[in-house]
Amino acid sequence: MAIKEHRLIFKNIDVEGYTNDIACYEKNGGYADLKKAIGMKPEEICSEVMDSGVRGRGGAGFPAGMKWKFLDRKSGKPIYLVCNADESEPGTFKDRQIIHKDPHQLIEGMMIAAYAIQAKLAFIYIRGEFFEGARILERAIEEAREKGYLGDDILGSGYSCDILIHRGAGAYICGEETGLIESLEGKRPYPRIKPPYFPAALGLYQCPTIVNNVETLCDVKHVVNMGGKAFSEIGTPGNTGTRIWCVSGHVQKPGYYEFPCAALTLGELIYDVCGGLLPGRSLKAVIPGGSSSKVLRADERFTGKLKDGSEFDWGIEDIPMDFDSLMAAGSMSGSGGVIVMDDTTDMVEALANINSFYAHESCGQCTPCREGVQWMKKVTGRMSRGEARMEDVELLRSIAGQIEGRTICAFGEAASWPVQSFLAKFNDEFVAKAKQQAERNAGSEAPQALETTLI
Amino acid sequence: MAILNDENLAKVDKLVPKYPEKRSATLPLLHLIQEEHGYISNEAVEWVAERLDLSPINVYEVVTFYPMFKQKPGGKYAVKVCRTLSCALGGAYKTCKAFEEALGCGLDQTSEDKLASLEFVECHANCGRAPVVMVDEQMFEGVDENGARKLVEKMREGTL
Ligand SMILES: Cc1cc2nc3c(=O)[nH]c(=O)nc-3n(C[C@H](O)[C@H](O)[C@H](O)COP(=O)(O)O)c2cc1C
Ligand code: SF4
Ligand code: FES
Repeated sequence: MAIKEHRLIFKNIDVEGYTNDIACYEKNGGYADLKKAIGMKPEEICSEVMDSGVRGRGGAGFPAGMKWKFLDRKSGKPIYLVCNADESEPGTFKDRQIIHKDPHQLIEGMMIAAYAIQAKLAFIYIRGEFFEGARILERAIEEAREKGYLGDDILGSGYSCDILIHRGAGAYICGEETGLIESLEGKRPYPRIKPPYFPAALGLYQCPTIVNNVETLCDVKHVVNMGGKAFSEIGTPGNTGTRIWCVSGHVQKPGYYEFPCAALTLGELIYDVCGGLLPGRSLKAVIPGGSSSKVLRADERFTGKLKDGSEFDWGIEDIPMDFDSLMAAGSMSGSGGVIVMDDTTDMVEALANINSFYAHESCGQCTPCREGVQWMKKVTGRMSRGEARMEDVELLRSIAGQIEGRTICAFGEAASWPVQSFLAKFNDEFVAKAKQQAERNAGSEAPQALETTLI
Repeated sequence: MAILNDENLAKVDKLVPKYPEKRSATLPLLHLIQEEHGYISNEAVEWVAERLDLSPINVYEVVTFYPMFKQKPGGKYAVKVCRTLSCALGGAYKTCKAFEEALGCGLDQTSEDKLASLEFVECHANCGRAPVVMVDEQMFEGVDENGARKLVEKMREGTL
């Protein structure tokens, strides 16, 4: 491998002999950072997290320190901490590794965060399919309680906080933080409208609540360990710390790889780290940050100006893997799920597959989303079966445009962006398919069913 | 029919007071019921509602929203094939066909011998090991058509 991984969060993951029990964790220096944190003032930890610049790893990339600052502390209501372990953005599979193989790292990060924000109670909202993950966490919490790392009077500090594991039951929308909160309250996970329901002000039980992703909470532990400033020196300004890139699809070595932000380009990730494409294949497209992020076409040029004013002119392989660069390229790093597609991929079918996902997962509260995603699924479905109509490409474009920006939660965007970007980048493929099928089907022959592989 | 056995009832009594508000225990209670019975009956819905001081509709709307909750019994095994993009790129649709043929039933159906229920589900968060299949609580990675047939064989032999 040409470029060496820099493992911070995944330091102990897959290391031979490393087990997920507390003895092994402590032997490797575990819970020393919690001890250090307990000796600090809560606001000191908050300002270290602010200095670290660490941005949320769950999707939106919002600075964690800033989010914590927004907490409504004046209301006097109890504060809650929630770890988002719903991990359901297609293409993402990092949190499950932490939960299965290094659960105490998450618990330590959570207890530090809980102490810093002075949470009364903490929750891990874990997706229902992680049966084993939930059991591992239950056991780890018991181990940590016995040692005084959580529960009453943590390490003799007078501060008390427990962690409750709460299992979801197979709905993607529970990953959206306000849907998650509703789910935790025992209701349907209907996302709440923001404003006024920003969790930091009106969250769980209408109390101030912080929701952070698993990886973000692990980062907090390392911020305390090395100090916010040292953490901020990993990566680049505004894109600090490491990211775990989960690569799937048409590469030789799919998997999870951790690097400092901007330490490598998308090309290096695909070719050097993941061994490139299968023999004889060439790159066609990449979805860089989970299925909600906009697709990148292999032969497009990305040009524009970065935040610092410098101009860039990149091919797909030159895009630095960090928050801001992927944003500058018109997409996002999202949850770190990189889905690679080679030249054998039919883009209409790939989009039909994505549309099926969103059609299945819309919570149904907002009309544009509930109806629109079904329509998009229907149209790409018929295009995949060989029953396209001439106007289908325009129809798709118009539906997506009517969802985006008109919904309660960001699911609306998450569902529209794939459609908009697939059409923008692969317009010819969609138009050709629609035209060919429409013309053929206008003749006397019955529509000819196509054999599909992705839908 | 008793809704839960004594062991699970004890779990319920421990679990409910842990939450700041009782209603939050809806999902965990439903999970316990489904684990014991394989599905959630109307009586179970009413029982949960009563236990948590809710109306049955509050519980029923939860049961009907979440895909993991079943309202009728399935086969001995629950087979869940991931159909989302990364798994599809890795051949999940072929894997699913192989399951359909080996079990002799379609999607969202239970095989005639009640051996297994077959379902297409969304991303299992293990996309680097496509195609991914879950059988009950166990996860299988890289399950191609052959792998699917072998899994069904093992279910038949009762060795899974
Ligand atoms: C439709 C939708 C699904 C989401 N799914 C997840 C998820 O599975 N895991 C996650 O951590 N964040 C998910 N998010 C983002 C959360 O809403 C929230 O921003 C995040 O948990 C905050 O944590 P962070 O600041 O540490 O990233 C999702 C957002 C949307 C709109
Ligand atoms: S945008 Fe879609 S998922 Fe979000 S609240 Fe509206 S209907 Fe539900
Ligand atoms: S796409 Fe199948 S596990 Fe993620």
